[in-house]
Amino acid sequence: MTAVTAPLDVDALRADFPILGRTVRDGKRLVYLDSGATAQHPNQVLDAEAAFLREHNAAVHRGAHQLAEEATDAYEDARARVAAFVGVSPDEVVFTKNATEGINLVAYAMGNAAAVSSSEPEAARFALGPGDEIVVTEMEHHANLVPWQQLAQRTGATLRWFGVTDDGRLDLSDVDSVITARTKVVAFTHQSNVLGTVNPVAPLVDRAHAVGALVVLDACQSVPHSAVDFAALGVDFAVFSSHKMLGPYGLGLLYGRRELLAAMPPFLTGGSMIETVRMEGSTFAAPPQRFEAGTPMTSQAVGLGAAVDYLTVVGMDRIAAHEHTLTVAALDGLAEIPGIRVIGPTDGVSRGGAVSFVVDGVHPHDAGQVLDDQGIAVRVGHHCAWPLHRRLGVPASVRASFYLYNDLADVDAFLAGVRETKRFFGVA
Amino acid sequence: MQLQQMYQEIILDHYKNPHGRGLRDPFDAESFQVNPTCGDEVTLRVRLDGDTVADVSYDGQGCSISQASTSVLTDLVVGRPVVEAFGKFDAFVELMHGRGTVEPDEDVLEDGIAFAGVAKYPARVKCALLGWMAFKDAVAKAGGEQR
Repeated sequence: MTAVTAPLDVDALRADFPILGRTVRDGKRLVYLDSGATAQHPNQVLDAEAAFLREHNAAVHRGAHQLAEEATDAYEDARARVAAFVGVSPDEVVFTKNATEGINLVAYAMGNAAAVSSSEPEAARFALGPGDEIVVTEMEHHANLVPWQQLAQRTGATLRWFGVTDDGRLDLSDVDSVITARTKVVAFTHQSNVLGTVNPVAPLVDRAHAVGALVVLDACQSVPHSAVDFAALGVDFAVFSSHKMLGPYGLGLLYGRRELLAAMPPFLTGGSMIETVRMEGSTFAAPPQRFEAGTPMTSQAVGLGAAVDYLTVVGMDRIAAHEHTLTVAALDGLAEIPGIRVIGPTDGVSRGGAVSFVVDGVHPHDAGQVLDDQGIAVRVGHHCAWPLHRRLGVPASVRASFYLYNDLADVDAFLAGVRETKRFFGVA
Repeated sequence: MQLQQMYQEIILDHYKNPHGRGLRDPFDAESFQVNPTCGDEVTLRVRLDGDTVADVSYDGQGCSISQASTSVLTDLVVGRPVVEAFGKFDAFVELMHGRGTVEPDEDVLEDGIAFAGVAKYPARVKCALLGWMAFKDAVAKAGGEQR
């Protein structure tokens, strides 16, 4: 057996995550199945962040003292490691407050481009207005939907979207009529945070590029769980989130192709992002600094660098294989319980480790409460994907999501918890 | 087990057999309330007769807590003077925000005392108050607060 296919030693991994050793709700073992919302942190990440603050802390990209040099090196070294992790160059990775800000950055830069396009020909390629179209999908997280709705409202462009099939896949039966010569940007999720569905990137990229549209990929649920290479995927922009991949909060990542970032006007402006400033006006730094106004999240970036190292040592392919095993076990187990409806693909094909479902006769909120009483942490509600739930005819759902530190004992506890939910509420 | 304290039989009974459910005419004002974190929603109508809450009718979708608390609300306020209804409103809100430290008065809240256990779960307090907030809003729209 090669290292790539060797199963994870989950017990050894779990020892790195102190929170997994605590109990909840009167002494029950914590079964943490909410990594789709936020992942737990290993000691390696916590220690790296603390070590930076204890030993190297200073404001980056300013000051000539030794600490400032060390801090800048640590910050830029983290950028380089994160960039390598997703197959791109360091100058193509922008640190943002979170993934949501990354999407807003692109959307606002496009709106700003519309405002300055007459005087700045470089920006014109991002400008959009009445007659132009923005394409999203019905399975988007609100973070990859609302900013585009707002951009359409500000510019007069039209928002269009791909629908979702009954089994939770993108309906790509009419790609050529949804993405047309009017399309300026196509934004979609790599992996649904609700359904687990992994969307095919190539056909959408091919069609978008054929009509001259930009592609924005929401990779928040894919990058933490599988090997992802943005350059190979051919997308123009992508966002993902530190805290969903073992890293600290307060940090999102935006990838943008070098020549696009170079031509794109800024979103947030102020210190750190300028080239020259005069009272009459200012010019801006080259990317990525152009998009990092203000003092950046430095210790968080260092922590994320450690998270990337941790994931790399474990191996993304092994993590993906491990989560696949857990996901299939959960899907098979749920299929044996009457009155459970899984929303999203019910097999393990092209899907990640988010398993959402409804229990006949029990509201998801109530189901989540019974699971919580047994120490099982799941997400309930619409998971920031309200239109998707509406499309699938459910007001809300229960979501279990897996990560490298979960094991089959967690899946068994979860399935027993679902049975207990039905017993508690007296539904057959 | 705290779960039984939360899901009292009274709550589950109201959930399965809600009182006063269904939107009715005539009405003086209507309020739509939604809990944006979970999508639970209620539409509630109020009809006033002078200083009295003549009818409360509602429809909605949501968890057992939100639906049962709205059912209990109708029992408590329909047929009562507006001022007395708001006394019950204040008592219920105080109970729900009490983190389990408020001893409810059964004479005031009747079946509403069953929600004392819910108050220990901060994430569910909003569920319990959904219909009550709709009631307050609808009465205000109907001009009831000034009477």
